[in-house]
Amino acid sequence: MSTIPITPDAADEPWVLPDRGTVGMACLIMAESAIFVIFVVAYIFYMGQSLSGPTPRQVLELPIFTTICLLSSSFTLHWAVAALRKSKMGAFTAWLATTVALGAIFIIGTGMEWYHLIYVDGLTIRTNLFGTTFYSLVGLHATHVIVGLLMLLAALIFALTGHVTEKHAHRMDVLSLYWHFVDAVWVVVFTVVYVLGR
Amino acid sequence: MADSVTSLTSVEAIDVTPVQKPRQLFLEVLYDWITTVDHKKIGLMYIAYSLVFLIVGGIEAIIMRIQLAVPHGTFVSPQVFNRMFTLHGTTMVFFVGMPILFGFGNYLVPLMIGARDMAFPRLNAFSFWISALGGILLYYSFIGGVGLYGAGSAPDVGWFAYAPLTAKVFSPGHSTDYWTLSILLSGIGSIGTALNIVTTIICMRCPGMKLNRMPLLSWLYLVTSSMVFIAISPLTAAQIMLLLDRYIGSHFFDTQAGGSAVLWMHFFWIFGHPEVYILVLPAFAFANEIIPVFSRKAVFGYPAMVAASVGIGFISMSVWAHHMFAVGMGAGANVFFVFSTMIISVPTGIKIFNWLATIWGGKIRFASPMLFSVGFLFQFLIAGLTGIMLSVAPFDWQLTGSYFVVAHFHYVLVGAILFMIFAAFYYWYPKVTGRMMSERLGKWHFWLMVIGFHMTFDFMHIPGLLGMPRRIYTYEPGRGWEIWNLIVSIGAIVQAVATLIFVYNLIHSYYKGEVAGNDPWDAWTLEWSTASPPPVYNFATTPVVHSRRPLWDIKHPEDPDWNYE
Ligand code: HEM
Ligand SMILES: [Cu+2]
Repeated sequence: MSTIPITPDAADEPWVLPDRGTVGMACLIMAESAIFVIFVVAYIFYMGQSLSGPTPRQVLELPIFTTICLLSSSFTLHWAVAALRKSKMGAFTAWLATTVALGAIFIIGTGMEWYHLIYVDGLTIRTNLFGTTFYSLVGLHATHVIVGLLMLLAALIFALTGHVTEKHAHRMDVLSLYWHFVDAVWVVVFTVVYVLGR
Repeated sequence: MADSVTSLTSVEAIDVTPVQKPRQLFLEVLYDWITTVDHKKIGLMYIAYSLVFLIVGGIEAIIMRIQLAVPHGTFVSPQVFNRMFTLHGTTMVFFVGMPILFGFGNYLVPLMIGARDMAFPRLNAFSFWISALGGILLYYSFIGGVGLYGAGSAPDVGWFAYAPLTAKVFSPGHSTDYWTLSILLSGIGSIGTALNIVTTIICMRCPGMKLNRMPLLSWLYLVTSSMVFIAISPLTAAQIMLLLDRYIGSHFFDTQAGGSAVLWMHFFWIFGHPEVYILVLPAFAFANEIIPVFSRKAVFGYPAMVAASVGIGFISMSVWAHHMFAVGMGAGANVFFVFSTMIISVPTGIKIFNWLATIWGGKIRFASPMLFSVGFLFQFLIAGLTGIMLSVAPFDWQLTGSYFVVAHFHYVLVGAILFMIFAAFYYWYPKVTGRMMSERLGKWHFWLMVIGFHMTFDFMHIPGLLGMPRRIYTYEPGRGWEIWNLIVSIGAIVQAVATLIFVYNLIHSYYKGEVAGNDPWDAWTLEWSTASPPPVYNFATTPVVHSRRPLWDIKHPEDPDWNYE
């Protein structure tokens, strides 16, 4: 233990703390990831355990096009926020609209896939374990996409009515964190359900 | 937060009498509380709500113990007994333990890190109300069914609701749905609050409060709240699956369609075991604040304490299946979970030794908070020892469904957690109300509680070892269980009396207690620098700290704490 007092320097140090929105979103993402992990584990656990058909191989088709759309929407959103930061409002709105459109295509694609599965192949959540785990996992992800889409849509409306300025770039950052997360989850879901599961 | 930032130079001691506000209309007061976003009020609401449930859960425990006091008891029917232990377990874990910890966290964390409120005040209010709705829903199930006397249609599947007992065929009606929904809602509330606490601790600290200067309480809340994300979310996911099974006929836990009951066990215990640590870490947090102040020494081994807490957080995530040794997981899994369970006793042991080292050679004051802390140390040690016994798989095979296990986990839940919660009440009550709690009543409470606790839970080990299963509503005479069960039941009633004394003390001291002043315990953390009760904005000026014990620096300018860091 030293006897010479060390002069406290805290008051002079610049005091910057991480941003609330980002940390809060990071926490939310952690919690959400844990939920997804449980659903993915259930999916893997029950892979090939169904007592009756149809099997994934018989009915699932690779959703390549919608996947490309969803994944590229991460880039367009990134460019949107970058434009906003430079106060290029026109570019921002355009990229944001593209993002919303790409997300919408993905959801419509999922809807069409489900329609086909239910009415043509006769696979529902009650049919077998594959139906149970498939609809719950993909549905959970789709719910997240829809929530994200609604938020992006709100942002788009604000942008079109001229309520968004460069000052809001930070909020868009937080929102895009969520969107990137949803995209990343899709990579996992795609791999597990459509690649390994088939 | 745009006001001047000045160094904390003195304890703001002007007017110490609790402010007498002008009388408000009842409805106005109610409106204030319902719409509040102030972290202190929300904290108090959490605490009040869990106290109500503590009484309810206590009554359920007493009902079970009356039924089991003598062989061939006829106090309640078998089915009501099932409902009682289900509601008791669920209530105590979700509607006493969790909300009380979040209540204290809400109240204390911003004050101790020198912030004015939580990071997201409105989310805070939302989380509280959604959790409260969960609790109400659980008990609403009473009203829905065959009348109060038959205990309505309350859930009767046990607090871990093992599949396939929860399937529609075995649990017709809506009782299980009430259970599921209430857990789901309170889980969402917990995740919201945890998110808020983590963000507050990371983003709202006052200038100078580096991570290594935070009070240990904040550290522990950081760890617990982070655990909530990884532990409660799986539970939420599992509850969603259960609801899907029950409502739209999916087959997650439906063994008839190839679903697995063991999967539910895994999902439940992936939550269930960390949950115990989520509850016990705040108890540690209180001990970390109280033991040093009442020993007049800085806490021993601050960095080791932090490291041990983080370590406990991590290891506790990998031990869940020690609740499933009897399921037949295979030797490999058993060995893994035996060892991971045993390893967790290392950081826990570090903490116990550090507390002992803090007390060692200190000037100890045995006021009520310290009494309860000492009780905690002793009882937690014993609980840890029976825990290690149970972590040995073959031993667990013999005793897992017996009263021995009930005795073990109540040693943790009551002997450690509840005792530290009581200590926290005595310690922070003066800050919250401006008045001290009665020491005389506090001593009565403590001694009755200790006697009742040991009568109940020490002796509960014995019928367990003699083979008495848990969750039986009655038993035959002549197996050597009678005398022990009678003692256990009497002990439970002694504990109930002690708790009533405590509740009386809470109310009585609010009106008649000695005026406390800002810093009645001569403590060192920031919450004691502001008025009692703290004003809405917590601090007149944002404090700046230079060490782990800012109030010590003020009181002892000749020997400030930062010399020793
Ligand atoms: C203070 C007095 C208490 C008494 C006398 C008491 C008594 C009991 C009894 C008799 C049972 C049923 C055992 C069985 O038949 O299997 C039980 C179960 C349980 N108790 Fe307590 N209890 C007390 C406090 C608490 C507290 C504070 C908590 C949690 C924070 C708690 C959590 C539980 C749990 C989780 C169960 C298991 C329920 C189940 O088997 O589904 N208890 N308790
Ligand atoms: Cu455990």
